[in-house]
Amino acid sequence: MDTMRDRFAPVVSRLLDEDPRVAVVLAEIGKDGFAEARRRHPDRVINVGIREQLLVGAGAGLALTGMRPVVHTFASFLVERPFEQVKLDLGHQGVGAVLVSAAASFDWPAGGYTHMAPGDVALLDTLDGWTVHVPGHPDEAETLLRHAVAAGDDKVYVRLSVQSNAQGRPVDGERFTTVREGRSGVVVAVGPMLDAVLDATEHLDVTVLYATTVRPFDAAALRQATGTAPSDVVLVEPYLAGTSTAAANDALADVPHRVLGLGVGRAELRRYGTVAEHTAAHGLDARSLRERISAFLGGAAASGRAR
Amino acid sequence: MTITEELGRTHGYADLPRLMGLMTGDEKHGPAATSTLDVLWVLYDRVLRVRPEQWDDPERDRFLLSKGHGPMAYYAVLAAKGFVPVDWLPDFGAYDSPLGHHPDRTLVPGVEIGSGSLGHGLPIAVGTALGLRAQGRERPRVWVLTGDAELDEGSNHEAIAFAGPAGLEQLHTVVVDNASASHARPGGIAARFEAAGWSALTVDGRDHEALYAAFIAPHPGRPHVVVARVEPKNS
Repeated sequence: MDTMRDRFAPVVSRLLDEDPRVAVVLAEIGKDGFAEARRRHPDRVINVGIREQLLVGAGAGLALTGMRPVVHTFASFLVERPFEQVKLDLGHQGVGAVLVSAAASFDWPAGGYTHMAPGDVALLDTLDGWTVHVPGHPDEAETLLRHAVAAGDDKVYVRLSVQSNAQGRPVDGERFTTVREGRSGVVVAVGPMLDAVLDATEHLDVTVLYATTVRPFDAAALRQATGTAPSDVVLVEPYLAGTSTAAANDALADVPHRVLGLGVGRAELRRYGTVAEHTAAHGLDARSLRERISAFLGGAAASGRAR
Repeated sequence: MTITEELGRTHGYADLPRLMGLMTGDEKHGPAATSTLDVLWVLYDRVLRVRPEQWDDPERDRFLLSKGHGPMAYYAVLAAKGFVPVDWLPDFGAYDSPLGHHPDRTLVPGVEIGSGSLGHGLPIAVGTALGLRAQGRERPRVWVLTGDAELDEGSNHEAIAFAGPAGLEQLHTVVVDNASASHARPGGIAARFEAAGWSALTVDGRDHEALYAAFIAPHPGRPHVVVARVEPKNS
């Protein structure tokens, strides 16, 4: 199967053809995919070299002239390294851009911690007005990239990953969808975590919500899933554990509830290896998830689906 | 020198100390008190093609004040030229004032960027020049003002190194050099830009005719920098 990143350049190349406002800004990474588009649109496919402060600053300058910049590199060099440019050149100037990252939390484990960005979404949470899309499949990535570019002058982050579910699902760029219904708790699976969550909860009587747009957080969907009775909620996110815990708590502020936030741990593993090994090390494989979710929900959840 | 009519009176260069005094409470502001004053005046009086009544025209020239510290001279020039009302000046820095100690583009007509954190203007100006070029707008010129010590910030060097090879002819930088960098660049500021393929001129930052000549000097196919030398900050 191709990856989300394989879809990025073809989709955005078509958007360059369709919309004269669109410009792509790169810092070497990903430039090969845009070679053909650059021949057709030499002034709208811009590679600034290995200069990530300029990458975001130039994107902001393009936006100030009325264009729709699509800015791309690995997450660690797009959000973390030039974070002040994200904060000031976009947010403080009051202009928008589409930031599209690759490499996610640990897409290249053999590359080590320098190329891992589990904190990207949490960092953007310190800023106002960001939409955050976390597709779980290349087809969803394609849809969400189109939503992101079409979103006026909004600030939108699209987090691409080699981690993927087996099948894509319909996504609308806004709402969580209900994948499974149960009575003993609600599990929110974000993007590529869905398959592992469905596997882990197969014999549990829980509702599973699927989230591919996590900011704004779909509080209404969570409230509808929990109802007004005391509720247990588990968040399973492919980035820093607990990133959305505050958002879930806010959504349920007037309902007695507990929230378990699962995701990538803060501690640096200092290991190389494979995505599967890192997934397991962070307790995000199906078996670990089943144990952790079952322990949190207690005995009541286990009865439903096994009956 | 042109003058601006506002509410029955005119504002010229000679009025700038009084306008700055409205912000600082100090009536004795000579030009030497503010390193950027003469550069700003010559740009707004004779170079920039932007007017208060068309400050959001896509075809206007853009001026980006990257060195956002000490913006009194900037606000005084904007007031003298009619972008902001003179009666905004006395409330400088107050909670309800649009005029802060660092400018905010969303609050002040004619201010192209919010600045304060050093090293942001030049990269944004590069993007602005790229955006104008991509839209086929060849007329507008983009100007960014930095300080000499501001060039310590590495983000400037990302922009300088890119803009030369990219041939961004619409991009202009004026570096107000008051020798405030603790570790000045060996070989001088102009040489740094020239090494990246820029057109570069160094002039007396208090000499209006010299500034004007340097600002309008042709520089086909290359971005242009003017290093405007003024009195050393710590002399």
